[in-house]
Amino acid sequence: MSADELIRRAADVRAVALDDVRGAGSLDGLHDAERRAKAALADVKKGIKDVPGDQRAGVGQALGAAEAAVRDAAEARRSDLEAAARSGAAERERLDLSSLGRDYRRGHLHPVTQTWRALEDIFVGLGYSVFYGPEVEDDWHNFEALNFPPGHPARAMQDTLYVDLGEPEQVMLRTHTSPMQIRLMETQPLPIYAVIPGRTFRRDTMDARHSPVFHQIECLVIDKGITLGHLFGTIDVFFRALFGDVEARFLPSFFPFTEPSAELATSCPFCHKAGCRVCSQTGWIELGGCGMVDPNVFAACGIDSEEYSGFAFGFGIDRIPLLVNQVPDLKTLLWDNDVRFLEQL
Amino acid sequence: MRAPLSWIREFVPALDAPVAEIADALNQLGLEVEEIDAPGAEITGVVVARILDVVAHPDADKIRLADVEFGDGQLRVVCGAPNIEPGMVVPFARVGAQLPGGFEITKRKIRGVVSEGMLCSARELGLGDDHSGILSLPSASVLGTDVREVLGLDDVIFDLSITPNRPDAMGIVGVARELAAHFSLPLEVPTPEPEPIVSAIGTVTVQVEAPDRCPRFVGRVTTVAMGESPDWMQRRLIAAGMRPISNVVDVTNYVLLERCRPLHAFDLARLAGRGIVVRLASDGECMTTLDGVERTLSQNDLLICDAERAPQAIAGIMGGRDSEVDVTTTEVLIESAYFEPSGIARSSKRLGLRSEASARFERGIDPNATASGADYAIALLAQVASGTATPGAIDVYPEAIVRPRITVRTARVNAVLGTALAAAQVRDLLEPLGIEAEAAPDADGVFVARAPTWRPDLEREIDLVEEVARRYGLDHIERRVARPPAGMVGALTAAQRERRLLADVLVGAGANEALTMPLISPADLERAGLPAQAPVTITNPLRAEESVLRPSLRPGLLSALARNASHGQVDVALFELGTVFFAPVPGDTLPDEHQHVTLLIGGTRRLAPRRADRPVDVGDALDALWAVVEALGVADVRLAADIVGGFHPTRAARVLVDGEPIGVVGELARDVLDAYGVAGPVVGLELDADAIERAARGDRIARPVSTYPAATFDLAVVVGDSVPAGDVERTLRDAVGELAESVRLFDVFRGGQLDDDQVSLAFAVRLRAPDRTLTDADVSEARSRAIAAVERAHDAALRA
Repeated sequence: MSADELIRRAADVRAVALDDVRGAGSLDGLHDAERRAKAALADVKKGIKDVPGDQRAGVGQALGAAEAAVRDAAEARRSDLEAAARSGAAERERLDLSSLGRDYRRGHLHPVTQTWRALEDIFVGLGYSVFYGPEVEDDWHNFEALNFPPGHPARAMQDTLYVDLGEPEQVMLRTHTSPMQIRLMETQPLPIYAVIPGRTFRRDTMDARHSPVFHQIECLVIDKGITLGHLFGTIDVFFRALFGDVEARFLPSFFPFTEPSAELATSCPFCHKAGCRVCSQTGWIELGGCGMVDPNVFAACGIDSEEYSGFAFGFGIDRIPLLVNQVPDLKTLLWDNDVRFLEQL
Repeated sequence: MRAPLSWIREFVPALDAPVAEIADALNQLGLEVEEIDAPGAEITGVVVARILDVVAHPDADKIRLADVEFGDGQLRVVCGAPNIEPGMVVPFARVGAQLPGGFEITKRKIRGVVSEGMLCSARELGLGDDHSGILSLPSASVLGTDVREVLGLDDVIFDLSITPNRPDAMGIVGVARELAAHFSLPLEVPTPEPEPIVSAIGTVTVQVEAPDRCPRFVGRVTTVAMGESPDWMQRRLIAAGMRPISNVVDVTNYVLLERCRPLHAFDLARLAGRGIVVRLASDGECMTTLDGVERTLSQNDLLICDAERAPQAIAGIMGGRDSEVDVTTTEVLIESAYFEPSGIARSSKRLGLRSEASARFERGIDPNATASGADYAIALLAQVASGTATPGAIDVYPEAIVRPRITVRTARVNAVLGTALAAAQVRDLLEPLGIEAEAAPDADGVFVARAPTWRPDLEREIDLVEEVARRYGLDHIERRVARPPAGMVGALTAAQRERRLLADVLVGAGANEALTMPLISPADLERAGLPAQAPVTITNPLRAEESVLRPSLRPGLLSALARNASHGQVDVALFELGTVFFAPVPGDTLPDEHQHVTLLIGGTRRLAPRRADRPVDVGDALDALWAVVEALGVADVRLAADIVGGFHPTRAARVLVDGEPIGVVGELARDVLDAYGVAGPVVGLELDADAIERAARGDRIARPVSTYPAATFDLAVVVGDSVPAGDVERTLRDAVGELAESVRLFDVFRGGQLDDDQVSLAFAVRLRAPDRTLTDADVSEARSRAIAAVERAHDAALRA
């Protein structure tokens, strides 16, 4: 057979094989088609020995090109068939995700804890340390060292729950976090820059605004050169950190353990003093009390009030989620523990 | 303390600032305005009118027609009140008038007759509940006058919250003094000429046997004609929140309210021996106070007695019934005393008896206004009770009370306040309060001042510093931030960070944080199955439900689960981190407080449709436990099966840390859940968070991770079923040694060919070396060691 004939046959085989390969319906079918193409081309190749030497290259080239074309076509077809197979498998594995996965439960920190941490973090940012203290106190720390002498009318301001330990009315559930002022002054080196969040107790009946158990945070600073201006300025930045664009207001008041003493309020973060429901139309929200540590308190703790001065302030933690999250009342916030409430905040 | 503005203005006539400004000033001064009461603010267009004639309505029986004149005209109104009659002077609301509640009067046709306005009852003017008829006004009232003037409704009343250090502000004059100082206005307080002091008024004598409790006693005597006090006095008493009683009693209350000077009027005819003895009571002595209650006294109570020593009043607190003035009284003895404050406070508290007088005495009133107060009362009685005073005042005042001299250092004032005041400024700020400097400040800005006797709270330099701050204005103090000195760093302690981490891990495990009451009922302890130990109890609980301090967080959380279940929420996981209380450790007075963390998980794990739902089980509690242990890096934690109160008897274990029990994990007892009405199952754990914080920790050193492949072998061993799998696991781990990467129990099998008291435990052991690929020989050697160890330690047999 002449070289030309062989080249023609190679072209024919190539055309048939390409159709065969491209038409393969499965990977097995493709395998068979490739096998047939190889056999057909091998058959053509056998004729090469009868071709004059100088013409063999042309035939070889035609066969090589045919083999390459078939191989490329087979690769392409294999890739198509494999993709189809994968997509078929994926289709069989299809899941409807639109309504799955709602059962995972993330828990929630209690809103009071969230506030508690936020308060601690602000003061840690100012460089203060955090302390906790006992919830049951003795008369010395809760009252006497704080300049509430026995029989002092100011004691009547704080309805106290006493505990059946020691002498009558000498051990009590702390009525404020202020006993920790004494404990810190008794034990810590000076200067002191501290906050004390904690649980406090009063002999009160539970209602929308009162609870026998509630939470307070106390701040105590003792250093040389501390002034009333420092107290006001520190509360001011603290309120801004907590509520944003507000200002602190101070009105003179009385607490046995501070002098001068003041009540502290923030401008309403919701209406900015215009008056709204949250601030009872007053533009201000009263939060707690503050003042300069009374010299009698320093004396009780053995600190020279001529050398050191200091301030303290305290207010209710629970008020803050009541305001910020507009929780309707104290009972919902504190003791109901309804998960429908807890999971919202 | 209710302070009518008109009364205040009597002493500061020049006070013409707007009400809002006065209220603001009171707040700035620390006399907190709780409420501004303006009873007549909503009334306009109501005038005084006289009824000229009353005629029948042509078409109605109960309604009549009244012709009224009101100064500049006459009109006819329709009126349904039964009490109207010609000549009566009444409040007349003209067309266009406004009544409280935004009610506007319009011209109305009533049963065919036009009414040109309305006659008003007391209730319609906001003056109480009386709606039985039209309010009758004093007949001398000028017709056409705004009715608010006649009724005193044009006044504004400040309801002030007075702090316990300010007895002086419990009187109108004290409030006026503050406002006069604030607005730089003169204070004008008329004081009667002092009455000459006598040792006896006629035969009336006073003997004070307890001068330390009654440092001063002034007595005056006057005749009285009992009757009602005049309208102006009644209106002021009512505005200030007191009920008029009789002219004599009203005068004593009037002086109390105006001058912060409690007085007592004794019916002299009922004081045996026409005299007074002030003495301490004897224990168990009884007397009936004027509220009709018989009081049992103690030797710490001070009594005002008649000359025959029979008690007639509990000094400074309440008068006695026997010598109370009444309509038959013709002569009274006015007592104006100064009692030692803490003695009054103690008696008042012990007797549970508080009065307007005791509230003032226990805070400390002005001892030097005692005589003038009595004289003022005598003057008022002359005016309102036709009193004729017997000349002379008895004044038992053996030792004059003087205020301490206080050294004021201007530098100290500025150091406390952060101000830069001059010495003269400091002095001038104090002076209008009656705080007088003895001399001008010296070159160092130091001067000596004396506080007035009406300010018992001012004793020390710091007390005057506060007065300077109040007068200067807290708003004017420059604000600075107090920051710790360089070198002091704010940071949470490791324990505080771990406390947060503990809560965060439980939140991550899907639990919501709860807060439950630390005060619980003793019955709760029983319900929760807690061991019968004596809890710390409250002396004066308000309710039995809040009478003991919790020794465990479980009762509170169980109640919270029950409350949620009652609202249909049963798949609930709650935890709490809080204080529990135990009896003091020996030598301590305060209870032994611990921080506990408790987690309860109830209901069903919802897995459908992907997998089947399943009830919660102990595995869920254990997952949380091990998550906590891992997060905190606690080194040595073991579980030891035990019977724990409140837990399922065979599905609970003590949590041992460093060999010490610090908590419990398991399933809650069925009967506990029944007692709380929780369907169950509920699993949980309770740990002593303080103990965990103290526990030994694994080191926090990162070791290189091996790049060599792992090898595994499985091992099934048969042991007695009382052998804890955890012990077998630990034996295997120890036996395999450093190569052991993990030992995991993957199958537990009972029955089949095993004896009843046997169990087969199958473990997958995974080995890895840090520095080489393990050979078959390594694995088989480790396996042999493991088998030998469990055989030895647990009498285990390799399962065929």
